[in-house]
Amino acid sequence: MSGGATAAFLESGMRFATPLAYAALGELVVERAGVINIGLEGAIIGGAFGALVFAGAGSVALGFVGAAAAGTLVATLFAFFVVTLRTDQIITGTALSMLGLGLTGTLYRTIYGSSGASLHTPTISPVAVPVLSAIPIVGPALFDQPVVTYALYAIVPLLACWFYRSSAGLALRAVGEHPEAALGAGISPARVQWAAILFGGAMGGIAGGTLVLAQVGTFAEGMSAGRGFIAIAIVVLGRWSPLGVAVAAVVFGAASALQTLAQATGWSMPYQLPLAFPYLLTLVLLATARARTAAPSALGKRLP
Amino acid sequence: MTFFTRAVRSQAGASAAAALLAIVAVTFVVMAAGYDVSRAAAALWDGSFGSAYSFFSGTLQRATPLIIVGLAVAVAFKAGVLNIGAEGQLLSGAAATITAGLAMSGWPAWLSIPLELLAGMVAGAVWAGIAAVLKRRFGVLEVISTLMLNFVALFGVSYLVHGPLQEPTHTYPETLRLAASARLPLVVPGQQLHLGFVLAIALGVAAHWYIRSTAGGFRLRVAGEGPLAAASAGRVKVDQVLFGAFLASGAIAGLGGAVQVTGVTYKLYELISPGYGYTAIAVALLARLSPFGVIIAGVFFGGLEAGGAGMQRDAGVPAGFVYVIEALVILGVLAVDRARTLAAERAPRVMGETEV
Repeated sequence: MSGGATAAFLESGMRFATPLAYAALGELVVERAGVINIGLEGAIIGGAFGALVFAGAGSVALGFVGAAAAGTLVATLFAFFVVTLRTDQIITGTALSMLGLGLTGTLYRTIYGSSGASLHTPTISPVAVPVLSAIPIVGPALFDQPVVTYALYAIVPLLACWFYRSSAGLALRAVGEHPEAALGAGISPARVQWAAILFGGAMGGIAGGTLVLAQVGTFAEGMSAGRGFIAIAIVVLGRWSPLGVAVAAVVFGAASALQTLAQATGWSMPYQLPLAFPYLLTLVLLATARARTAAPSALGKRLP
Repeated sequence: MTFFTRAVRSQAGASAAAALLAIVAVTFVVMAAGYDVSRAAAALWDGSFGSAYSFFSGTLQRATPLIIVGLAVAVAFKAGVLNIGAEGQLLSGAAATITAGLAMSGWPAWLSIPLELLAGMVAGAVWAGIAAVLKRRFGVLEVISTLMLNFVALFGVSYLVHGPLQEPTHTYPETLRLAASARLPLVVPGQQLHLGFVLAIALGVAAHWYIRSTAGGFRLRVAGEGPLAAASAGRVKVDQVLFGAFLASGAIAGLGGAVQVTGVTYKLYELISPGYGYTAIAVALLARLSPFGVIIAGVFFGGLEAGGAGMQRDAGVPAGFVYVIEALVILGVLAVDRARTLAAERAPRVMGETEV
């Protein structure tokens, strides 16, 4: 590959990785509180729809607010069932993915007509950082991106600090490891899980908003395209740490970019191979002891 | 409220209460979205149970994969295996069935059809087996592994229909159609209902008998109730039982894929399953994991999907709305279950009462 092609490949990899990183960082916080939210897909598609409605009424910024609000709304329902009613996380999550996909599709056709006419929202364009974006090969990928990508450069270290250096972060991890002990230490596991799930929903919503407002510029039914499930894989591949999750999101983003590249350049390799690769990598990694011990001990279990 | 709590104490009553809750919620959503409720309801009825054609060729045909895959999910969940990979197992079953069916072109039907279905079951079991081995050997959470394998199966099918199995003109991303002798026969004159529906019912009856009346079924139930129950029942090798249930679940889901391609589509393409593996979770749950319940719930959901198509045609309600209904049914079941638990905790204990 020439230098120019490599730079283009990395640049598109980062673009694919951005919504994945938002969704996965949100899911990371949720999972560290001991909850696995399979309904993340519902929050992402909800966020995409919220972005369409709000950006249409105002600006891109308002669109992101709407996206986060819609994602949080889906998460509220999930938290009510899973934390307050103590229902099964997997089944509830499956229901909320279906609900999000079905409801946004229905509302979209109801509000904007069944023709599926293309509705364009305002989008944010990439902003090149002077000097840095001129670095050969990696410059455009890292420093010629929309603001939402740059925000991640701050969110990842902040989240890492918060996880390991703050008492709230410690409380979160305690709930995910051993809710009874956390309760004994005066932490309310239910309250911590509620907060984590709402945060995860907002991040999932922003992921959906990024798809609409920074990439596609419109909404399409089912446009979340399994990203909620991919985010869950990313959290595993990133071994439940903020930095690991960020790197894993880039791996999955690069796989998508490789697929586009393979199709564009007419490689003889089947284009499904790079797409399947991150999932296979996650499966192999899961089988190693290091990945399993990294998982929060109380993941997926109901609160007592 | 006492009537309500009393009604939901019985299993069937609880399912009916959940369905009722969902219907109320659905009516509300349809109204809020500004559609004509009576027209939508009429269209839903006409499209699902209103005529012989809509019942046999619509509802029961759509119910067939849902019943089979619902049984797959029920068997796994009953044993405490959270297999959410029925979608992937169905896809690998469908792919293997088509491969076998095309290879056996020209063979007599009595030979090729059983072999096709067998190929689908083996492929489904193998696909589930990957997750089963990962769980048994390495303790990998099956929720995550089966989810990953769903994606891998989807990409696998995509590769097959763009590559080695693509029809010879290389125009469409699909395989050749199965020869007439490799297709499941139709069972109702003039209707699209195929032998797969009969198989689905037979499988439901067999699963009911197996779980109720055999030692294997007993071990399955005990394993599902947790390590404590398994220890008190004595000599139940939980690991082994879970492994077996996982493979059986995969084989049944694979059969679901096999029946769909030999009975309905006659060929393989990417979107062969509109999420049967996920809807089946709702089916199994609404049925309380009971095999007979799965048959009823499968017909109920099949009717919803057939009626959903009718609603879009006649009342303009988008077809995606069916997913909203399915999701609300699941949430209804979960909420009613919670009400049951609370009611049981509050109710005074009576000697000899076996209520849980």
